[in-house]
Amino acid sequence: MTQLEHTRKGFSEALVEIGQENENVVVLDADVWPSNKLKLFIDKFPERYFQVGIAEQDMIGIAAGLSFCGKIPFTSSFSVFTPGNCFGQTRLSVGFTNANVKICGSHSGIDFGKDGGSAQSIADIAISRALPNFTVIVPCDYFETKKAVHWSARIKGPVYLRFGRSKWPVLTNFESRFEIGKANVLRPGCDVTVVGCGSMVANALKAAKILKNELDVQVINCHTIKPIDKTTLINAAKDTGRVVTAEDHSVIGGLGSAVSEVLAEHYPVPMRFVGVKDRFGQSGAPDELYKEYGLTPKHIVKAIRKLV
Amino acid sequence: MKDYKKLEKMSKQIRIDALKMISAANSGHPGGSLSAADIITVLYFYEMNYKVDDPDWPDRDRFILSKAHCCPALYAAMAHAGYFDIKDTLKFRELGSPFQGHSSKVHLKGIETSGGLLGQGLSVAIGIALAGKLDKKKYQVYCMLGDGELDEGQVWEAVMSASKFRLNNLTAIIDSNKIQLSGKVKDIKPLNPLVDKWKSFGWNVIEINGHNFKKIIWAFKKAKKTKHKPTVIIANTVKGKGVKFMENKWEWHGKPPDQDQLKKALSELK
Ligand SMILES: Cc1ncc(C[n+]2csc(CCOP(=O)(O)OP(=O)(O)O)c2C)c(N)n1
Repeated sequence: MTQLEHTRKGFSEALVEIGQENENVVVLDADVWPSNKLKLFIDKFPERYFQVGIAEQDMIGIAAGLSFCGKIPFTSSFSVFTPGNCFGQTRLSVGFTNANVKICGSHSGIDFGKDGGSAQSIADIAISRALPNFTVIVPCDYFETKKAVHWSARIKGPVYLRFGRSKWPVLTNFESRFEIGKANVLRPGCDVTVVGCGSMVANALKAAKILKNELDVQVINCHTIKPIDKTTLINAAKDTGRVVTAEDHSVIGGLGSAVSEVLAEHYPVPMRFVGVKDRFGQSGAPDELYKEYGLTPKHIVKAIRKLV
Repeated sequence: MKDYKKLEKMSKQIRIDALKMISAANSGHPGGSLSAADIITVLYFYEMNYKVDDPDWPDRDRFILSKAHCCPALYAAMAHAGYFDIKDTLKFRELGSPFQGHSSKVHLKGIETSGGLLGQGLSVAIGIALAGKLDKKKYQVYCMLGDGELDEGQVWEAVMSASKFRLNNLTAIIDSNKIQLSGKVKDIKPLNPLVDKWKSFGWNVIEINGHNFKKIIWAFKKAKKTKHKPTVIIANTVKGKGVKFMENKWEWHGKPPDQDQLKKALSELK
Protein backbone atom coordinates (compact mmCIF):
# COMPACT_ATOMS: atom_id res chain seq x y z
CA MET A 1 0.00 0.00 0.00
CA THR A 2 1.39 3.37 -0.97
CA GLN A 3 1.73 5.82 1.86
CA LEU A 4 -0.30 9.04 1.74
CA GLU A 5 0.94 12.46 2.79
CA HIS A 6 0.03 16.12 2.46
CA THR A 7 1.99 18.13 -0.08
CA ARG A 8 1.28 21.08 2.20
CA LYS A 9 3.37 19.40 4.85
CA GLY A 10 6.27 19.20 2.44
CA PHE A 11 5.74 22.87 1.61
CA SER A 12 5.81 24.03 5.22
CA GLU A 13 8.74 21.83 6.28
CA ALA A 14 10.79 22.97 3.33
CA LEU A 15 10.09 26.62 4.12
CA VAL A 16 11.68 26.11 7.53
CA GLU A 17 14.66 24.36 5.94
CA ILE A 18 15.34 27.10 3.43
CA GLY A 19 14.62 29.72 6.11
CA GLN A 20 17.42 28.17 8.12
CA GLU A 21 19.77 28.04 5.16
CA ASN A 22 19.15 31.56 3.92
CA GLU A 23 18.15 34.52 6.02
CA ASN A 24 16.81 36.32 2.97
CA VAL A 25 13.89 33.91 2.78
CA VAL A 26 10.67 35.61 3.93
CA VAL A 27 7.10 34.31 3.94
CA LEU A 28 3.93 36.27 3.24
CA ASP A 29 0.49 35.03 4.17
CA ALA A 30 -3.05 36.06 3.23
CA ASP A 31 -4.80 34.62 6.28
CA VAL A 32 -4.35 30.93 5.53
CA TRP A 33 -1.42 29.90 7.76
CA PRO A 34 -3.28 27.03 9.47
CA SER A 35 -4.33 25.59 6.09
CA ASN A 36 -0.82 25.78 4.71
CA LYS A 37 0.76 24.62 7.96
CA LEU A 38 2.91 27.71 8.38
CA LYS A 39 3.11 27.53 12.16
CA LEU A 40 6.52 25.87 11.92
CA PHE A 41 7.93 28.85 10.05
CA ILE A 42 6.10 31.49 12.08
CA ASP A 43 7.38 30.13 15.39
CA LYS A 44 10.91 29.83 14.14
CA PHE A 45 11.22 33.08 12.19
CA PRO A 46 8.54 35.48 13.39
CA GLU A 47 10.42 38.52 12.08
CA ARG A 48 10.51 37.04 8.58
CA TYR A 49 6.81 36.25 8.41
CA PHE A 50 4.33 38.86 7.19
CA GLN A 51 0.62 38.46 7.66
CA VAL A 52 -1.03 40.84 5.19
CA GLY A 53 -4.63 39.76 5.69
CA ILE A 54 -7.13 38.73 3.05
CA ALA A 55 -5.47 40.90 0.46
CA GLU A 56 -3.79 38.84 -2.23
CA GLN A 57 -3.16 41.77 -4.57
CA ASP A 58 -1.36 43.69 -1.85
CA MET A 59 0.55 40.56 -0.80
CA ILE A 60 1.93 40.00 -4.29
CA GLY A 61 3.00 43.65 -4.57
CA ILE A 62 4.67 43.65 -1.15
CA ALA A 63 6.49 40.47 -2.12
CA ALA A 64 7.78 42.19 -5.25
CA GLY A 65 9.08 45.13 -3.19
CA LEU A 66 10.83 42.79 -0.75
CA SER A 67 12.45 40.93 -3.64
CA PHE A 68 13.78 44.21 -5.07
CA CYS A 69 15.80 44.53 -1.85
CA GLY A 70 17.34 41.07 -2.05
CA LYS A 71 14.75 39.11 -0.10
CA ILE A 72 13.37 35.81 -1.43
CA PRO A 73 9.65 36.07 -0.71
CA PHE A 74 7.37 33.03 -0.72
CA THR A 75 3.69 33.97 -0.77
CA SER A 76 1.30 31.44 0.66
CA SER A 77 -2.36 31.11 -0.28
CA PHE A 78 -4.69 28.82 -2.25
CA SER A 79 -4.15 28.44 -5.97
CA VAL A 80 -7.60 29.87 -6.67
CA PHE A 81 -6.55 33.14 -4.95
CA THR A 82 -2.95 33.31 -6.09
CA PRO A 83 -2.62 33.75 -9.01
CA GLY A 84 -6.40 33.79 -9.50
CA ASN A 85 -7.27 36.83 -7.42
CA CYS A 86 -4.21 38.88 -8.25
CA PHE A 87 -3.49 38.27 -11.90
CA GLY A 88 -2.72 41.92 -12.65
CA GLN A 89 -0.19 42.08 -9.82
CA THR A 90 1.30 38.71 -10.75
CA ARG A 91 1.66 39.91 -14.31
CA LEU A 92 3.09 43.42 -13.72
CA SER A 93 4.68 43.70 -10.28
CA VAL A 94 6.19 40.18 -10.45
CA GLY A 95 6.27 38.88 -14.04
CA PHE A 96 7.10 42.04 -15.96
CA THR A 97 9.74 43.13 -13.43
CA ASN A 98 11.14 39.57 -13.33
CA ALA A 99 10.87 39.76 -9.54
CA ASN A 100 12.36 36.97 -7.47
CA VAL A 101 8.98 36.09 -5.97
CA LYS A 102 7.66 32.56 -5.35
CA ILE A 103 3.89 32.37 -5.56
CA CYS A 104 2.74 29.23 -3.78
CA GLY A 105 -0.82 28.05 -4.31
CA SER A 106 -2.25 25.09 -2.41
CA HIS A 107 -5.68 23.40 -2.63
CA SER A 108 -5.37 23.06 -6.38
CA GLY A 109 -7.90 21.61 -8.79
CA ILE A 110 -11.14 19.82 -8.05
CA ASP A 111 -9.19 17.82 -5.45
CA PHE A 112 -10.09 20.76 -3.16
CA GLY A 113 -13.43 18.94 -2.87
CA LYS A 114 -16.34 20.05 -0.76
CA ASP A 115 -15.68 23.79 -0.79
CA GLY A 116 -17.11 23.65 -4.28
CA GLY A 117 -16.56 25.04 -7.72
CA SER A 118 -15.89 28.63 -6.72
CA ALA A 119 -12.85 27.54 -4.73
CA GLN A 120 -11.54 24.91 -7.14
CA SER A 121 -8.72 26.27 -9.19
CA ILE A 122 -8.76 24.90 -12.73
CA ALA A 123 -7.15 27.73 -14.69
CA ASP A 124 -4.12 28.68 -12.57
CA ILE A 125 -1.60 26.71 -14.66
CA ALA A 126 -2.99 28.33 -17.80
CA ILE A 127 -2.68 31.90 -16.55
CA SER A 128 0.71 31.53 -14.88
CA ARG A 129 2.18 29.60 -17.79
CA ALA A 130 1.17 32.35 -20.21
CA LEU A 131 3.29 34.92 -18.39
CA PRO A 132 6.89 35.43 -19.60
CA ASN A 133 9.66 34.93 -17.00
CA PHE A 134 7.57 32.48 -14.94
CA THR A 135 8.64 28.98 -13.97
CA VAL A 136 5.62 26.78 -13.21
CA ILE A 137 6.03 23.73 -10.98
CA VAL A 138 3.42 21.10 -10.11
CA PRO A 139 4.96 18.48 -7.81
CA CYS A 140 3.36 15.05 -7.52
CA ASP A 141 3.83 14.30 -3.83
CA TYR A 142 5.17 15.32 -0.45
CA PHE A 143 8.84 14.83 -1.31
CA GLU A 144 8.60 16.62 -4.63
CA THR A 145 6.85 19.58 -3.02
CA LYS A 146 9.73 19.86 -0.57
CA LYS A 147 12.26 19.73 -3.35
CA ALA A 148 10.25 22.22 -5.40
CA VAL A 149 10.45 24.73 -2.54
CA HIS A 150 14.21 24.26 -2.31
CA TRP A 151 14.57 24.68 -6.06
CA SER A 152 12.33 27.73 -6.10
CA ALA A 153 14.61 29.47 -3.64
CA ARG A 154 17.54 28.81 -5.97
CA ILE A 155 15.86 29.89 -9.21
CA LYS A 156 16.31 33.59 -9.94
CA GLY A 157 12.95 34.97 -11.00
CA PRO A 158 9.23 34.38 -10.60
CA VAL A 159 7.93 30.92 -9.75
CA TYR A 160 4.41 29.60 -9.47
CA LEU A 161 4.32 26.50 -7.28
CA ARG A 162 1.05 24.53 -7.25
CA PHE A 163 0.18 21.80 -4.79
CA GLY A 164 -2.82 20.16 -3.19
CA ARG A 165 -5.16 19.86 -0.27
CA SER A 166 -5.70 16.11 0.07
CA LYS A 167 -3.10 13.60 1.12
CA TRP A 168 -1.54 12.32 -2.09
CA PRO A 169 0.26 9.00 -2.60
CA VAL A 170 3.96 9.28 -1.87
CA LEU A 171 5.48 8.16 -5.16
CA THR A 172 9.04 9.39 -4.74
CA ASN A 173 11.51 9.48 -1.92
CA PHE A 174 14.15 11.73 -0.46
CA GLU A 175 16.69 10.51 -2.99
CA SER A 176 14.63 10.52 -6.19
CA ARG A 177 15.89 12.77 -8.93
CA PHE A 178 14.10 16.13 -9.11
CA GLU A 179 15.40 18.78 -11.40
CA ILE A 180 13.45 21.79 -12.62
CA GLY A 181 12.74 21.50 -16.33
CA LYS A 182 13.48 17.75 -16.41
CA ALA A 183 10.53 15.38 -16.55
CA ASN A 184 10.97 11.98 -14.93
CA VAL A 185 10.14 8.73 -16.69
CA LEU A 186 8.63 6.78 -13.82
CA ARG A 187 7.87 3.68 -15.85
CA PRO A 188 9.31 2.79 -19.23
CA GLY A 189 6.99 1.52 -21.95
CA CYS A 190 6.77 1.31 -25.72
CA ASP A 191 3.04 1.25 -26.59
CA VAL A 192 1.70 4.53 -25.27
CA THR A 193 2.86 7.39 -23.01
CA VAL A 194 0.89 8.99 -20.23
CA VAL A 195 2.24 12.38 -19.12
CA GLY A 196 0.86 13.51 -15.78
CA CYS A 197 1.42 16.19 -13.19
CA GLY A 198 0.43 16.67 -9.57
CA SER A 199 -2.18 14.31 -8.20
CA MET A 200 -2.68 12.71 -11.61
CA VAL A 201 0.76 11.11 -11.71
CA ALA A 202 -0.46 8.49 -9.23
CA ASN A 203 -3.53 7.83 -11.35
CA ALA A 204 -1.39 7.49 -14.46
CA LEU A 205 0.68 4.81 -12.71
CA LYS A 206 -2.50 3.03 -11.65
CA ALA A 207 -3.79 3.09 -15.21
CA ALA A 208 -0.52 1.60 -16.43
CA LYS A 209 -0.90 -1.19 -13.88
CA ILE A 210 -4.46 -1.93 -14.95
CA LEU A 211 -3.25 -2.38 -18.53
CA LYS A 212 -0.04 -4.21 -17.71
CA ASN A 213 -0.97 -7.51 -19.36
CA GLU A 214 -2.18 -5.77 -22.46
CA LEU A 215 -0.03 -2.74 -23.11
CA ASP A 216 3.36 -1.44 -22.18
CA VAL A 217 2.49 2.02 -20.86
CA GLN A 218 5.20 4.61 -20.31
CA VAL A 219 4.48 7.05 -17.47
CA ILE A 220 6.12 10.46 -17.27
CA ASN A 221 5.93 12.77 -14.29
CA CYS A 222 6.07 16.26 -15.80
CA HIS A 223 6.42 18.32 -12.64
CA THR A 224 7.77 21.36 -14.44
CA ILE A 225 5.12 22.75 -16.74
CA LYS A 226 7.39 25.62 -17.72
CA PRO A 227 10.08 25.43 -18.95
CA ILE A 228 8.76 22.12 -20.26
CA ASP A 229 11.12 19.22 -20.94
CA LYS A 230 10.91 19.01 -24.72
CA THR A 231 13.55 16.32 -25.10
CA THR A 232 11.88 13.79 -22.82
CA LEU A 233 8.47 14.45 -24.37
CA ILE A 234 9.69 14.17 -27.95
CA ASN A 235 11.59 10.97 -27.16
CA ALA A 236 8.48 9.48 -25.56
CA ALA A 237 6.41 10.39 -28.62
CA LYS A 238 9.03 8.77 -30.85
CA ASP A 239 9.16 5.64 -28.70
CA THR A 240 5.42 5.11 -28.24
CA GLY A 241 3.69 7.05 -31.00
CA ARG A 242 0.73 8.00 -28.79
CA VAL A 243 0.42 10.34 -25.86
CA VAL A 244 -2.22 10.89 -23.18
CA THR A 245 -1.93 13.80 -20.74
CA ALA A 246 -3.49 13.80 -17.28
CA GLU A 247 -4.03 16.76 -14.97
CA ASP A 248 -6.40 18.07 -12.31
CA HIS A 249 -6.87 21.33 -14.21
CA SER A 250 -8.78 22.48 -17.25
CA VAL A 251 -7.69 20.76 -20.46
CA ILE A 252 -7.56 24.28 -21.87
CA GLY A 253 -4.19 25.86 -21.20
CA GLY A 254 -2.69 23.40 -18.74
CA LEU A 255 -0.27 20.48 -18.97
CA GLY A 256 -2.08 18.93 -21.94
CA SER A 257 -1.84 22.16 -23.91
CA ALA A 258 1.83 22.56 -23.00
CA VAL A 259 2.66 19.01 -24.13
CA SER A 260 0.67 19.33 -27.34
CA GLU A 261 2.42 22.62 -28.16
CA VAL A 262 5.74 20.79 -28.08
CA LEU A 263 4.63 17.69 -29.97
CA ALA A 264 2.57 19.53 -32.60
CA GLU A 265 5.69 21.43 -33.57
CA HIS A 266 8.37 18.77 -33.22
CA TYR A 267 6.84 15.31 -33.45
CA PRO A 268 3.06 15.18 -33.89
CA VAL A 269 1.41 12.00 -32.62
CA PRO A 270 -2.23 11.20 -31.79
CA MET A 271 -3.11 12.54 -28.34
CA ARG A 272 -5.88 12.42 -25.76
CA PHE A 273 -6.41 14.82 -22.89
CA VAL A 274 -7.56 13.76 -19.45
CA GLY A 275 -8.51 16.76 -17.35
CA VAL A 276 -11.42 19.01 -16.50
CA LYS A 277 -13.33 19.44 -19.76
CA ASP A 278 -14.20 23.12 -19.83
CA ARG A 279 -16.56 23.11 -16.87
CA PHE A 280 -16.42 24.54 -13.38
CA GLY A 281 -16.20 22.24 -10.39
CA GLN A 282 -18.77 21.69 -7.64
CA SER A 283 -19.02 20.38 -4.09
CA GLY A 284 -18.26 16.75 -3.41
CA ALA A 285 -15.60 14.46 -2.03
CA PRO A 286 -12.44 14.52 -4.16
CA ASP A 287 -12.82 10.87 -5.23
CA GLU A 288 -16.44 11.43 -6.20
CA LEU A 289 -15.43 14.52 -8.14
CA TYR A 290 -12.63 12.65 -9.91
CA LYS A 291 -15.27 10.15 -11.07
CA GLU A 292 -17.72 12.84 -12.13
CA TYR A 293 -15.06 14.86 -13.97
CA GLY A 294 -13.25 11.94 -15.58
CA LEU A 295 -9.97 11.98 -13.71
CA THR A 296 -9.78 8.42 -12.34
CA PRO A 297 -7.31 5.74 -13.48
CA LYS A 298 -10.20 4.12 -15.37
CA HIS A 299 -10.70 7.32 -17.34
CA ILE A 300 -7.04 7.32 -18.25
CA VAL A 301 -7.38 3.69 -19.37
CA LYS A 302 -10.32 4.70 -21.52
CA ALA A 303 -8.32 7.50 -23.10
CA ILE A 304 -5.49 5.07 -23.83
CA ARG A 305 -7.85 2.57 -25.44
CA LYS A 306 -9.19 5.26 -27.72
CA LEU A 307 -5.66 5.71 -29.05
CA VAL A 308 -4.65 2.10 -29.64
CA MET B 1 19.37 73.10 -2.87
CA LYS B 2 16.95 74.90 -0.64
CA ASP B 3 16.96 77.81 -2.96
CA TYR B 4 13.34 78.20 -3.94
CA LYS B 5 14.24 80.14 -7.08
CA LYS B 6 16.49 77.31 -8.23
CA LEU B 7 13.83 74.71 -7.51
CA GLU B 8 11.30 76.74 -9.41
CA LYS B 9 13.63 77.05 -12.37
CA MET B 10 14.28 73.32 -12.32
CA SER B 11 10.61 72.42 -12.16
CA LYS B 12 9.93 74.69 -15.14
CA GLN B 13 12.67 72.94 -17.07
CA ILE B 14 11.21 69.57 -16.10
CA ARG B 15 7.81 70.66 -17.41
CA ILE B 16 9.36 71.86 -20.64
CA ASP B 17 11.29 68.62 -21.13
CA ALA B 18 8.30 66.45 -20.26
CA LEU B 19 6.21 68.21 -22.89
CA LYS B 20 9.02 67.89 -25.43
CA MET B 21 9.17 64.16 -24.80
CA ILE B 22 5.44 63.75 -25.19
CA SER B 23 5.49 65.84 -28.33
CA ALA B 24 8.42 63.89 -29.80
CA ALA B 25 6.65 60.63 -29.11
CA ASN B 26 3.38 62.14 -30.27
CA SER B 27 1.81 60.32 -27.35
CA GLY B 28 1.87 60.44 -23.56
CA HIS B 29 0.27 62.10 -20.55
CA PRO B 30 0.87 65.83 -20.09
CA GLY B 31 -1.76 66.66 -17.44
CA GLY B 32 -0.49 64.50 -14.60
CA SER B 33 3.15 65.04 -15.53
CA LEU B 34 2.69 68.78 -15.07
CA SER B 35 0.77 68.46 -11.79
CA ALA B 36 3.47 66.21 -10.32
CA ALA B 37 6.47 68.21 -11.52
CA ASP B 38 6.99 70.38 -8.42
CA ILE B 39 6.89 67.46 -6.00
CA ILE B 40 9.21 65.37 -8.17
CA THR B 41 11.57 68.36 -8.35
CA VAL B 42 11.76 68.57 -4.56
CA LEU B 43 12.29 64.82 -4.28
CA TYR B 44 15.22 64.76 -6.71
CA PHE B 45 16.78 68.15 -5.96
CA TYR B 46 16.28 68.52 -2.25
CA GLU B 47 14.83 65.58 -0.41
CA MET B 48 16.25 62.25 -1.56
CA ASN B 49 19.65 60.63 -1.11
CA TYR B 50 20.87 58.77 -4.17
CA LYS B 51 23.97 58.26 -6.30
CA VAL B 52 23.54 58.66 -10.03
CA ASP B 53 26.70 56.66 -10.73
CA ASP B 54 25.48 53.84 -8.46
CA PRO B 55 21.73 53.51 -9.03
CA ASP B 56 21.63 50.26 -7.03
CA TRP B 57 23.29 51.80 -3.96
CA PRO B 58 21.61 49.81 -1.17
CA ASP B 59 21.18 52.84 1.10
CA ARG B 60 19.50 55.07 -1.47
CA ASP B 61 16.10 56.56 -0.85
CA ARG B 62 13.50 55.06 -3.18
CA PHE B 63 10.91 56.84 -5.28
CA ILE B 64 8.08 54.73 -6.65
CA LEU B 65 5.95 56.44 -9.23
CA SER B 66 2.77 54.42 -8.95
CA LYS B 67 1.02 56.70 -11.46
CA ALA B 68 3.66 55.65 -13.95
CA HIS B 69 1.97 57.27 -16.93
CA CYS B 70 3.47 60.52 -15.58
CA CYS B 71 7.03 59.26 -16.14
CA PRO B 72 7.98 62.10 -18.50
CA ALA B 73 8.35 64.35 -15.44
CA LEU B 74 10.38 61.64 -13.71
CA TYR B 75 12.64 61.05 -16.72
CA ALA B 76 13.29 64.79 -16.98
CA ALA B 77 14.16 65.05 -13.29
CA MET B 78 16.46 62.04 -13.49
CA ALA B 79 18.19 63.48 -16.54
CA HIS B 80 18.88 66.78 -14.80
CA ALA B 81 20.04 64.90 -11.73
CA GLY B 82 22.64 63.26 -13.95
CA TYR B 83 21.39 59.72 -14.58
CA PHE B 84 21.47 60.25 -18.36
CA ASP B 85 21.45 62.97 -20.98
CA ILE B 86 18.20 64.86 -21.42
CA LYS B 87 18.55 64.44 -25.20
CA ASP B 88 18.19 60.69 -24.79
CA THR B 89 14.73 61.13 -23.36
CA LEU B 90 13.47 62.28 -26.74
CA LYS B 91 13.42 58.57 -27.56
CA PHE B 92 10.46 58.36 -25.17
CA ARG B 93 8.08 55.58 -26.26
CA GLU B 94 10.30 54.49 -29.17
CA LEU B 95 11.02 50.88 -29.97
CA GLY B 96 14.00 49.68 -27.94
CA SER B 97 14.12 52.82 -25.78
CA PRO B 98 14.75 52.61 -22.02
CA PHE B 99 12.20 55.42 -21.73
CA GLN B 100 9.13 53.24 -21.87
CA GLY B 101 5.62 54.68 -21.97
CA HIS B 102 5.28 53.69 -18.32
CA SER B 103 8.45 53.79 -16.23
CA SER B 104 9.91 50.31 -16.02
CA LYS B 105 12.50 48.86 -13.70
CA VAL B 106 13.77 46.35 -16.22
CA HIS B 107 14.28 48.97 -18.92
CA LEU B 108 15.94 51.81 -17.02
CA LYS B 109 18.37 51.88 -14.09
CA GLY B 110 17.17 54.09 -11.28
CA ILE B 111 13.52 53.14 -11.72
CA GLU B 112 12.41 51.12 -8.70
CA THR B 113 9.45 49.17 -10.10
CA SER B 114 7.37 48.89 -13.24
CA GLY B 115 4.07 50.66 -13.57
CA GLY B 116 1.19 51.05 -15.96
CA LEU B 117 -1.52 49.28 -14.01
CA LEU B 118 -2.72 51.77 -11.45
CA GLY B 119 -3.02 50.67 -7.85
CA GLN B 120 0.10 48.52 -7.58
CA GLY B 121 2.87 50.90 -6.52
CA LEU B 122 2.04 51.38 -2.87
CA SER B 123 2.20 47.63 -2.15
CA VAL B 124 5.61 47.43 -3.78
CA ALA B 125 6.73 50.46 -1.75
CA ILE B 126 5.59 48.66 1.39
CA GLY B 127 7.70 45.64 0.48
CA ILE B 128 10.73 47.89 0.03
CA ALA B 129 10.01 49.66 3.32
CA LEU B 130 9.65 46.31 5.13
CA ALA B 131 12.98 45.17 3.70
CA GLY B 132 14.50 48.41 4.97
CA LYS B 133 13.24 47.65 8.47
CA LEU B 134 14.46 44.03 8.31
CA ASP B 135 17.91 45.14 7.17
CA LYS B 136 18.01 48.07 9.63
CA LYS B 137 18.56 50.51 6.78
CA LYS B 138 17.94 54.20 7.12
CA TYR B 139 16.49 54.80 3.68
CA GLN B 140 13.13 56.44 3.14
CA VAL B 141 10.57 55.17 0.61
CA TYR B 142 8.42 57.66 -1.31
CA CYS B 143 5.45 56.61 -3.38
CA MET B 144 3.41 58.93 -5.56
CA LEU B 145 -0.17 58.05 -6.43
CA GLY B 146 -2.84 59.85 -8.41
CA ASP B 147 -6.10 60.77 -6.75
CA GLY B 148 -8.01 58.87 -9.44
CA GLU B 149 -5.78 55.90 -8.68
CA LEU B 150 -7.32 55.74 -5.22
CA ASP B 151 -10.37 54.13 -6.86
CA GLU B 152 -8.35 50.90 -6.98
CA GLY B 153 -9.09 48.51 -4.13
CA GLN B 154 -5.50 47.35 -3.86
CA VAL B 155 -4.51 50.82 -2.70
CA TRP B 156 -6.68 50.44 0.39
CA GLU B 157 -5.34 46.97 1.09
CA ALA B 158 -1.91 48.56 1.04
CA VAL B 159 -3.02 51.51 3.18
CA MET B 160 -3.99 49.01 5.88
CA SER B 161 -0.77 47.02 5.54
CA ALA B 162 1.45 50.09 5.89
CA SER B 163 -0.18 51.14 9.13
CA LYS B 164 -0.23 47.58 10.45
CA PHE B 165 3.52 47.31 9.87
CA ARG B 166 4.08 50.81 11.35
CA LEU B 167 6.12 51.90 8.37
CA ASN B 168 7.33 55.34 9.37
CA ASN B 169 9.98 54.97 6.64
CA LEU B 170 7.23 55.22 4.04
CA THR B 171 5.78 58.45 2.69
CA ALA B 172 2.91 58.33 0.22
CA ILE B 173 2.18 61.41 -1.84
CA ILE B 174 -1.19 61.92 -3.47
CA ASP B 175 -0.98 64.15 -6.49
CA SER B 176 -4.48 65.40 -5.88
CA ASN B 177 -5.22 67.22 -9.10
CA LYS B 178 -8.94 66.39 -8.87
CA ILE B 179 -9.11 65.02 -12.39
CA GLN B 180 -8.63 61.53 -13.76
CA LEU B 181 -8.80 60.11 -17.28
CA SER B 182 -12.35 60.89 -18.26
CA GLY B 183 -13.55 63.55 -15.87
CA LYS B 184 -13.50 64.93 -12.35
CA VAL B 185 -12.68 62.72 -9.38
CA LYS B 186 -15.72 64.04 -7.56
CA ASP B 187 -18.01 62.86 -10.38
CA ILE B 188 -16.33 59.56 -11.18
CA LYS B 189 -15.96 58.36 -7.59
CA PRO B 190 -15.95 60.92 -4.80
CA LEU B 191 -13.05 60.58 -2.34
CA ASN B 192 -14.10 62.96 0.37
CA PRO B 193 -13.45 63.12 3.22
CA LEU B 194 -10.00 62.11 1.98
CA VAL B 195 -8.02 63.34 4.97
CA ASP B 196 -10.32 61.53 7.39
CA LYS B 197 -10.13 58.35 5.37
CA TRP B 198 -6.35 58.14 5.62
CA LYS B 199 -6.41 59.24 9.27
CA SER B 200 -8.90 56.57 10.17
CA PHE B 201 -6.64 53.99 8.50
CA GLY B 202 -3.88 54.95 10.94
CA TRP B 203 -1.77 57.25 8.82
CA ASN B 204 -0.18 60.57 9.66
CA VAL B 205 -1.82 62.97 7.20
CA ILE B 206 -0.40 66.24 5.93
CA GLU B 207 -2.35 68.32 3.45
CA ILE B 208 -0.49 70.92 1.43
CA ASN B 209 -0.45 72.98 -1.72
CA GLY B 210 1.56 70.74 -4.02
CA HIS B 211 2.95 73.65 -5.98
CA ASN B 212 4.45 75.47 -2.99
CA PHE B 213 8.08 74.42 -2.57
CA LYS B 214 8.31 75.65 0.98
CA LYS B 215 5.28 73.57 1.94
CA ILE B 216 6.47 70.48 0.08
CA ILE B 217 9.84 70.59 1.83
CA TRP B 218 8.18 71.16 5.18
CA ALA B 219 5.84 68.23 4.65
CA PHE B 220 8.66 65.81 3.81
CA LYS B 221 10.53 66.96 6.90
CA LYS B 222 7.52 66.34 9.09
CA ALA B 223 6.95 62.97 7.50
CA LYS B 224 10.47 61.82 8.30
CA LYS B 225 10.10 62.82 11.93
CA THR B 226 6.94 60.78 12.39
CA LYS B 227 7.27 57.72 14.61
CA HIS B 228 5.45 54.37 14.28
CA LYS B 229 3.20 55.51 11.42
CA PRO B 230 3.41 56.00 7.69
CA THR B 231 2.73 59.49 6.39
CA VAL B 232 0.60 60.54 3.47
CA ILE B 233 1.05 63.95 1.94
CA ILE B 234 -2.14 64.99 0.23
CA ALA B 235 -0.85 67.51 -2.26
CA ASN B 236 -3.48 69.71 -3.79
CA THR B 237 -2.37 70.32 -7.33
CA VAL B 238 -3.61 71.52 -10.68
CA LYS B 239 -3.72 69.07 -13.54
CA GLY B 240 -1.77 70.58 -16.44
CA LYS B 241 -0.14 73.12 -14.08
CA GLY B 242 1.90 75.78 -15.84
CA VAL B 243 0.22 75.62 -19.22
CA LYS B 244 -2.99 77.62 -19.07
CA PHE B 245 -4.83 75.86 -21.88
CA MET B 246 -4.11 72.47 -20.33
CA GLU B 247 -5.01 73.35 -16.75
CA ASN B 248 -7.95 71.54 -15.14
CA LYS B 249 -8.93 69.81 -18.36
CA TRP B 250 -9.36 66.05 -18.45
CA GLU B 251 -8.96 66.32 -22.21
CA TRP B 252 -5.23 66.90 -21.58
CA HIS B 253 -4.85 63.77 -19.49
CA GLY B 254 -3.41 61.62 -22.25
CA LYS B 255 -3.11 63.70 -25.37
CA PRO B 256 0.08 65.07 -26.95
CA PRO B 257 0.21 68.72 -27.99
CA ASP B 258 0.60 69.42 -31.70
CA GLN B 259 3.46 71.66 -32.88
CA ASP B 260 1.57 74.93 -32.40
CA GLN B 261 0.28 73.89 -29.02
CA LEU B 262 3.78 72.83 -27.95
CA LYS B 263 5.16 76.22 -28.99
CA LYS B 264 2.47 77.99 -27.03
CA ALA B 265 3.00 75.80 -23.99
CA LEU B 266 6.77 76.27 -24.01
CA SER B 267 6.46 80.02 -24.34
CA GLU B 268 4.27 80.05 -21.24
CA LEU B 269 6.83 78.06 -19.32
CA LYS B 270 9.88 80.12 -20.35
C1 LIG C 1 -5.59 49.43 -13.50
C2 LIG C 1 -5.70 50.55 -14.48
N1 LIG C 1 -6.91 50.89 -14.96
C3 LIG C 1 -7.01 51.89 -15.87
C4 LIG C 1 -5.92 52.55 -16.32
C5 LIG C 1 -6.06 53.64 -17.39
N2 LIG C 1 -5.66 54.97 -16.86
C6 LIG C 1 -4.46 55.50 -17.06
S1 LIG C 1 -4.25 56.97 -16.28
C7 LIG C 1 -5.84 56.92 -15.68
C8 LIG C 1 -6.36 58.02 -14.81
C9 LIG C 1 -5.50 58.24 -13.62
O1 LIG C 1 -5.93 59.33 -12.87
P1 LIG C 1 -5.07 59.85 -11.65
O2 LIG C 1 -4.67 58.70 -10.80
O3 LIG C 1 -5.83 60.93 -11.00
O4 LIG C 1 -3.74 60.36 -12.34
P2 LIG C 1 -3.38 61.80 -12.89
O5 LIG C 1 -4.60 62.66 -12.87
O6 LIG C 1 -2.35 62.30 -11.98
O7 LIG C 1 -2.87 61.59 -14.29
C10 LIG C 1 -6.50 55.76 -16.09
C11 LIG C 1 -7.88 55.41 -15.76
C12 LIG C 1 -4.67 52.15 -15.81
N3 LIG C 1 -3.52 52.69 -16.21
N4 LIG C 1 -4.59 51.18 -14.88
